[in-house]
Amino acid sequence: MIGSAAKTEALERAVKGRSLGMDAWVRLKRNRAAMAAITVLTLMTLMAIFAPFLSPFRYDAINYDLVTCAPSWWPGPSSCIAPGHIFGTDAVGRDLFVRVLYGARMSLAVGLVATLVSLVIGVIYGAVAGYVGGRTDALMMRAVDILYSLPFIFFVIILMVLFERNLILLFVAVGAVEWLTMARIVRGQTLSIKQKEFVEAARAAGVSGFGIVRRHIIPNAVGPVVVYVTLTVPAVILTESFLSFLGLGVQEPLTSWGTLISEGAAQMETATWTLVFPALFMAATLFCFNFIGDGLRDALDPRDR
Amino acid sequence: MLGYAFRRLLGAIPTLFIIVTLTFFMMRLAPGGPFDSERRLPPEVEANVMAAYNLDKPLVAQYGDYLVKLAQGDLGPSFKNKDFTVAQLIGAGLPVSLTLGLAAMTLALLVGSLLGTWAALRQNRWQDYSVMTVAMVGVTIPSFVTAPILTLIFGVYGIRLFGIEFTLPVSGWGGGALPNLVLPVITLSLLQIAVVARLTRGSMVEVLRSNYVRTARAKGVPEHRIVLRHALRAASLPLVSYAGPATAGILTGSLIVEQIFGLPGIGRYFVMAALDRDYTMVMGVIIVYATLVIVLNFVADMLYAILDPRVRLT
Repeated sequence: MIGSAAKTEALERAVKGRSLGMDAWVRLKRNRAAMAAITVLTLMTLMAIFAPFLSPFRYDAINYDLVTCAPSWWPGPSSCIAPGHIFGTDAVGRDLFVRVLYGARMSLAVGLVATLVSLVIGVIYGAVAGYVGGRTDALMMRAVDILYSLPFIFFVIILMVLFERNLILLFVAVGAVEWLTMARIVRGQTLSIKQKEFVEAARAAGVSGFGIVRRHIIPNAVGPVVVYVTLTVPAVILTESFLSFLGLGVQEPLTSWGTLISEGAAQMETATWTLVFPALFMAATLFCFNFIGDGLRDALDPRDR
Repeated sequence: MLGYAFRRLLGAIPTLFIIVTLTFFMMRLAPGGPFDSERRLPPEVEANVMAAYNLDKPLVAQYGDYLVKLAQGDLGPSFKNKDFTVAQLIGAGLPVSLTLGLAAMTLALLVGSLLGTWAALRQNRWQDYSVMTVAMVGVTIPSFVTAPILTLIFGVYGIRLFGIEFTLPVSGWGGGALPNLVLPVITLSLLQIAVVARLTRGSMVEVLRSNYVRTARAKGVPEHRIVLRHALRAASLPLVSYAGPATAGILTGSLIVEQIFGLPGIGRYFVMAALDRDYTMVMGVIIVYATLVIVLNFVADMLYAILDPRVRLT
C-alpha cells in the first residue's frame, strides 16, 4: 500500500506540468522593470510596517526648537539645520522621515483596503450578472452605466465633508467608486467562460449555479482582474491624496502622502524638502504599481506582446 | 440613428433623477445644517429662518418642492451667499471653469496626439521610450505636485525669453487674461496629455501595421500623407471614446487647479459649499457637472458612430 502511494506520488511529480500561474510567474520574472518595481514596493511596505523602529523620533513629537529645518546634507538654502533628522523637520518640528513612512502606512492601507472592497463588490456583481444573463444582466449593467455617469468624486467629497472624515468611510467610499470597471471586466470574462465545455460539464454533473460561479468562473477570470487590481491601487492612492490635499483626508497627527504634499507645497519656496520627499515616495510607489500592472498584463496574456 | 439619439437622451432623465435624489438625501441626512453657528440663534429667529428657506417642512415635502422647482429650471437661492441665487453663482463661475477645461482639453489633444504619433512612428527606439516614460510620469504625478513646481519655476523665478525676463501670474483670474490662464491650463492638461499620448501611440502602432496602410505605401503615397491622411484618422477613434472619462478627469482636476490658482470657477464653489452645508449650491453644481458628463458622453458616442461606419447604433 505504502509503496504504491509513493509510486503514484513520484509519477505525479514526474509528469507535473506548469500551471498557468507558474507560467505567468516565469514570464514575469524575466521582466526586469516589473521585478525591480516589486522589490522597491516590498521594501516600501516593510519600511511602512516597521516605521516606529526605523527612526529615533516619534511621528507626533513636536519640537519648537527645530521648526522647518533642513537635513544636514541639504544642498539648497535653508534657515536652520536639524542634525539627526535625515529628511529634515516640518512646520512644527516633527521628523519628516518618520512622517513620510507613516504617510506610506496610511496611503498603502487606503490603497489596499479600498481596492479589496472594490474587488469583492465588482467580482461578485460582474460574475452574477454575466452568469445569470438575460434580463437580470441587462438590468444590472444598466445600473452600472447609470452609476458611471455620476460625478463620483463629488459624492466622496460630500461624504467626507458631512461625516467628519471617518477613516472607515474613506476606505468604503473610495472602494465603492472603483468597483464599476471591475464589474464590467468580470462580466465580460464570465460571458466568454460560461460558453466553455468545462462549465457545461460541471452543470451536467449537477453543480449548482453558485458552485459554478465560485469554482469555475471566478478562478478563470483572475488574469484581467489581477491586472486591473494593480492599476486600481495607484488610482485609489491618488484619490486619497486628492482628498487629503483638499483637507478632507485623515486627521492630525496622523498623516498621508497627500496631506504631507499639501503641507510641503504651501512652503516649497522656503522649505523645498518638505515637498520633495513625500512627492518622491508617492511618485515612486505609483510608478511601481504601474510597472507591475504592465508586467502582469504581458505575463498573463502573452499574445499581446 | 436619430431614434437611438432620442432614446439616449430620454435615458439621461432617470440618471439625472437618481443623481438629484441621492445628493438631496445624502446632504439632508448628514449631521449639521447651513445655519449652524457658534452662537445659537433664539428659537423664534431660527424658526423664521427655517421657514424662509423652506426647511421647516418634512423632508419628503421639501424634496417634492425641490423637484417641482427644478423641473421649472429654478435651482433655488444660495443658503450662504445671501441675495444670490444658485443659478447666478453658477452663471458667474461656469464660464471660468469651461474656459479652463476647453483650453486644457484642446492643448491635451494637440500635444498628446502629436507626441503619441511621433512615438508610434519611432516604435521601440529612444524617441518612443522617452515619450512613454514622460507619459508615465505625467500619469503618476498628481496635479497638486506639478502646480506648485510650475508656480515656482515660472511664477517666482521667472523665465527668460528673447532676452526679456518675465514672470507669469500665479493666482487670480484677471478677467480671463491670457497670462493668467497659462499655468492653470498647463497644470490641468498635463495628465490628459499623457493619457492622450499613450492612447494615440497604442492605436497608431496598430493602424500602421494594417493592410490599407501597407497598400498606400505600396502605391507610393508619401509618408507624411500616409500618416496624416490615412493613419491618424483611424488612430484617433479611441480618443473620441475617451472624451467621457476625459471630461470627468478635467472636472476633477479643475477642483484642485481652481483651488491652487485661486480661480473663481464652480469647482471652488463646490468645496466651499459642501463645507458650509449650502444644500442648494451643492445640488446645483452636481447637477451641472452630471449634465456635462452625460452630454459629452452622448456627443462622443454619436461622433464615434459618424466617424466609424462599422459602428451601427440601433
